[in-house]
Formats: sequence, C-alpha cells, structure tokens
Amino acid sequence: MTEDITIGKKLKAKFPEAVIDGKTFRGELTINIHKDFIQKAAGFLYEDNETAFDYLSDLCGVDLSRLDGSNNFEVVYHLYSMKLNHRVRLKVKIPASNPSIDTVTNVWKTADWHEREAYDMFGIIFNGHPNLQRILTPEGFKGHPLRKDYPLKGRQPETLRGIYREGKQ
Amino acid sequence: MTATTTEQVMTINMGPQHPSTHGVLRLLLELDGETVVKATPDIGYLHRGIEKLAEHKTYHQFIPLTDRLDYLAPMSNNMGYALAVEKLLDIEVPKRSQYIRVIMCELTRISSHLLWLATHALDIGAMTVFFYCFRERETLNDLFEMVAGARMNLSYIRIGGVARDLPGGFIEKTRDFVNAFMGRLKDYETLLTKNKIWLMRTKGVGVVSAEDAINYGLSGPCIRGSGVKWDVRKSEPYSSYDEMDFIVPVGENGDVYDRYLVRLEEMRQSNEIVRQAMDDIPDGEYIADIPDVALPKKEDLKQSMESLIHHFKVVTGGICPPVGEVYACVEAPKGELGYYIVSDGTKNPYRIKIRPPSFVNLEVLEKMVVGSLLADVVAVIGSLDIVLGEIDR
Repeated sequence: MTEDITIGKKLKAKFPEAVIDGKTFRGELTINIHKDFIQKAAGFLYEDNETAFDYLSDLCGVDLSRLDGSNNFEVVYHLYSMKLNHRVRLKVKIPASNPSIDTVTNVWKTADWHEREAYDMFGIIFNGHPNLQRILTPEGFKGHPLRKDYPLKGRQPETLRGIYREGKQ
Repeated sequence: MTATTTEQVMTINMGPQHPSTHGVLRLLLELDGETVVKATPDIGYLHRGIEKLAEHKTYHQFIPLTDRLDYLAPMSNNMGYALAVEKLLDIEVPKRSQYIRVIMCELTRISSHLLWLATHALDIGAMTVFFYCFRERETLNDLFEMVAGARMNLSYIRIGGVARDLPGGFIEKTRDFVNAFMGRLKDYETLLTKNKIWLMRTKGVGVVSAEDAINYGLSGPCIRGSGVKWDVRKSEPYSSYDEMDFIVPVGENGDVYDRYLVRLEEMRQSNEIVRQAMDDIPDGEYIADIPDVALPKKEDLKQSMESLIHHFKVVTGGICPPVGEVYACVEAPKGELGYYIVSDGTKNPYRIKIRPPSFVNLEVLEKMVVGSLLADVVAVIGSLDIVLGEIDR
C-alpha cells in the first residue's frame, strides 16, 4: 500500500498538473491523468527506477456515456513492472466529440496493436501512431462497434458487399 | 534486411485458409526471392464481438463465451474470468475448489502444449509426433469429459468455485495419466530434441531479444524462451499456486528451439503440479456458500427449497457486483490472460476487456521473420502458438 502511494506521489511531484486524482480499489491503484500529459507520464513511469513500468499489459477504450452520462471516452492503460513486480492503472478522459490522444507506441512498442484496436472499436485517434488502421473489423466497416450507441443487432449497410464486388471486377 | 531491387519484390498471400497459419490468420508476405522483406498480419476473420456481447449478458452467462476465446485451453479462460469477478465481488473461494482449479488448469496447459507440439512438428515435417500427441490428448479429453461433461468447451469453473465436485474415479485415472506422461515426454524428446533436421529448422530462427520481448509485451513461453523469468503463477500467485512447488523454465537465445524446450519443460512441471495438487487436495466444499452470488450446489436443488430459490434468482436475475473496476490475470498456456471488468452496479458488466496473450504475441511476428526465409515463417508461427479465437475475440 505504501508503495502504491509513492507511485502517485512521484508522478505528482514530477508533473503537478498531470495527476487529477488517484484511488485504490480491491488493492489496485488507479491514477487519473490529464489528457495532454499521457506521453510524458508514460515515459516517466517507464524510465524512473522506483516505478520501472517496463511492460504494458493492456490498453483499451471505455465509453463512459452510460456510466456517468458525461459523453466522454476513457483510455485505460494497465502497466506492470517486471523488475519490481507491481501494477498500476492509468486512466485518461477524452471527449467523445474529439476523441484524440497522443500515442504511447514510442514508449512501449506493444501499444501499436492495442491502439489500433481502440481506434477500431471506439474511433479514438492516437496522434503519432505509425499505422492507425482498423484491425479486427473488415475493410470498409462503418462505425465503431464498442461504442454504447452502436446497436448489438443489425446488419452493416450494403457498403461491405459493394466493396467486395468492386474487388472482383 | 532491405530490398535493394524493388522490382523483384513479390507479394504473396498466405492464409486465411492455410494449414500452417493455425486458424484464419492471413499474412501478406513481400518476398525478394525466398527472403521475407515485409510481413503484415491481417487478423479479424474470427471476430465475433465477444466483448460487445458481454455487455448484454449477465456475469454467469458470459462464462460459456470465455471458452470460445482460446478454445484449446477453455479452463484457463474460465479461470481468469472467474478470478476477475471474484475480485470484483471480494469473495474467497474454498480451498478444495482452488485445488480443483489448479488441477484443471494444469491439465489444460498440458493439453494445449500437446496440440502445439503436434501441429508445430507437423508443420516442420515431423509427422510421428503428431500422432503421439493426439493419443495423449485423447486421454485428457476423456478426463475433461468426466468432470465437465464436454470435451472442448468446458465451462466448468464458476464464480465462487467449480460446477461440480470431482467425480469418483477421476483422481485414479488422472494419476495413471500423470504417471505415464513422463515417459511419453521422453518419447517426444527422443524424436525431436537432438534430431538434426529439427535443430536445423529451429535453431537461430525467429530470434527475439529479452529487451524486445518485454517491450513488445510478449508473455508466457514466448518471453521465457528469451530468458525473461516471469510467470504470473510465481509473481502474483492466485488460487493456491504459492503452495505448489515448481520451477519456471527459461531459454537463452529466444529462438524457435528455445521456445520448444521451454514448453516441453513446462509440460513436465505442470505434470508435477497436478501430482502435488492431487496428493494435497483438501476435503471441503467445491463452491463457496454465498447464496446471492454463487450458484448453489446441484445436489442440494432436489432437497432444499432455499437452494432452488437462490438458483432461480442467480440464474434469472443475475448478480450485481459493486460499482468499480478490476483487472485480474492468469498464466494461460499462451501467456498472460487478463480480464478488465468495469461494473456499473447492474447485472450486466459495463465493459469487459480481454487481454489475450496470442494477440500481443503475434504482434512481434514481423520483427521475427523479416530477413529470414519463407519456410522459416511457418516455423515461427508455430513457435508463437497462437489461437485465432482469442486474437479476434
């Protein structure tokens, strides 16, 4: 627990404006980060010897619109340190009207596909990403399926069929 | 390696229907002669929207869907999900069911690694191993059928425990398997480990350094093959793994051969874990007695009115965990399998994100194959041990 507090404190000491708040739930530390500072904060947590988060476990998007009615998305980073064997969760809120955030592929290369997936599923734009394309849904797919306003059932408009037909000719 | 003569670069399409891509993986390969210049994986052919479906299911209803992620290791998938929900609910699982889970997960690991070894060897041209491995898998499937009633999609692990107690005769049958399996492993090793063709096809192929392995987020045998000693069972023990005595094998060179050695040794260790768990399994309940969360014991349903009511309420109404979010991970046969669950306090999960090990492991493929020969691509894909079910979800 003391260790958890130091992670947040260290980050706050380095970038006072970056850290919005932090809390511990079920023994997991979550730190909310300001959107503009994600790259700096990620780089710092990666470099610093007392945090040493050398491993990005997971990166994903969450649509908050039905959770707090705020019309925001959230990008969630799960970090792990091989050296010190501890974890932290970083969360960044971004507005759904302009869902863009800086990439962290320059810190962890594994973020590449995770960010592509978040783009595919939520339409979140990762600035500076080397190859931001859809990854799971097919070419020409309309919409972003994990957004809460995307229906569970239904068919894609004729676009896909059209695209495949075009390919045949 | 860069292509100096761009005119000669030929693009070929490998998959999605190709026996060596282990499912529906499509690779766009750019070749200069037989040398790979660029390899772009194209995934998503098996995308079923499991994460979207999860948002419309209750917590119990999602368990069968987890089987369909890594369909070669259904128990580990059930396990990771159950652990995440239990963490969210903050409940403790009875000791006996923890041991049952350990036995099941380790048998699953052996089963998954056997299928890997069989197909990997077949890809490279060693056919006999394939038949041997499938013989052992048959025994394992029989064992799974005894406990879960199914052979592939087991859905045996429940929130708070497991679906039913180990049936009579299971321990004896498993003991027979465990005793025989060490000898079987020796057979595979005689066929492959010092086989000259095998060595030439696997040594120095698909090398990834330890630093790259960490930065690319590899996990499981893939990262341990590069010499990083990291296993979730050891670093963050769950479900009584801290009471088991086993070692974490690591490789040195990070090539296909080292990953092969690591997996073989892992099967041996898993076998030992199963033996220990069977020796030390305590008596007690197989599912926690928490009426509004865990399903009541099946045998009580016919005797006790309260159990029937609880069963009805849990199945029809679902469970409502507190508002919050958790991330729980297990060491699946392929690597770190994590579940991130966001709960809004209703019976449906607000968001479930699955962190599949194969998805992340596949990402490094391009780095491994560029500059090597086309035939090595097959060996490298085999050594990554991917399952498209969990990559595409």
